[in-house]
Amino acid sequence: MTVMQIVFLITAVVTLFAAFRVVTTPNMVHAALWLIVTLFGAAVFYALLQANFLAVAQVVVYIGAIAILMMFVIMLTRREMRDRGPQTGKQWPWAAVIAAAFFGGLVWLGQQAALPAAPKADVPKDSIAQLGQALVSPNGFVIPFEVASVLLLAALIGAVYLAWTRHQS
Amino acid sequence: MNTWIYIAIFIFLSLFFPTLLAVAGWFLGPRRPNPIKEDTYECGLETVGETWVQFKIQYYLFALVFLVFDVELVFLYPWAVAYHKLPLYAVGEGVLFIALLAAALIYAWRKGALEWS
Repeated sequence: MTVMQIVFLITAVVTLFAAFRVVTTPNMVHAALWLIVTLFGAAVFYALLQANFLAVAQVVVYIGAIAILMMFVIMLTRREMRDRGPQTGKQWPWAAVIAAAFFGGLVWLGQQAALPAAPKADVPKDSIAQLGQALVSPNGFVIPFEVASVLLLAALIGAVYLAWTRHQS
Repeated sequence: MNTWIYIAIFIFLSLFFPTLLAVAGWFLGPRRPNPIKEDTYECGLETVGETWVQFKIQYYLFALVFLVFDVELVFLYPWAVAYHKLPLYAVGEGVLFIALLAAALIYAWRKGALEWS
């Protein structure tokens, strides 16, 4: 076994366990903390796949912002963090069957697909710089880049309008 | 791939040293508990109320504004990495990107969303 495989197996076990705890822990805050572990595991997978930029974005956006936002939402909406009821709904056997079937289907698909054993080309060392150049080049993605800025502008104005004006009145 | 090994080393160290200190304190320190020592520590003051309190809605607004600028960071990061290879107009495009979001910040500011009431 190579070092990569060992790292992959450890990360897979930790990620799966954390994901399991997200849905089974009765404490909402603990669930959010376990979710951070799960998202970090996904970031390690991206790094293993040499998708460096995705790994960074995963940590910065999902762990740095979205998980914190979820934590705030939990702390804002609930006075009682601990869920006293049972952790499974009435239809959990059906959900388990469907989840198992879906997993089986994915495994089957993965075995059907003729995946190459090694990547066809190595990831260039300056892949992030190349992405940066493509983002602002007129032949690349400069229009989507600026549109993303406008989208973020609209999102922030919308968020401030919704959250703030209602809070004021 | 090798660049990630440094990050792995840092993660290991940042987990190892706090654990080491906590374990060392547990083994080396004397334990003579009394009710005051067992009490919850809150900056030296006596604790008031419960641990799980409902937070003010304003935190959510700050988190939303932070989220928007965090996503902006993801776009600007590759732009900043490629900075020394970019022509002037490409730098200008990045500045335009920042300026549009600065307008959003000014809007939030003028609305008073950044003020703590």
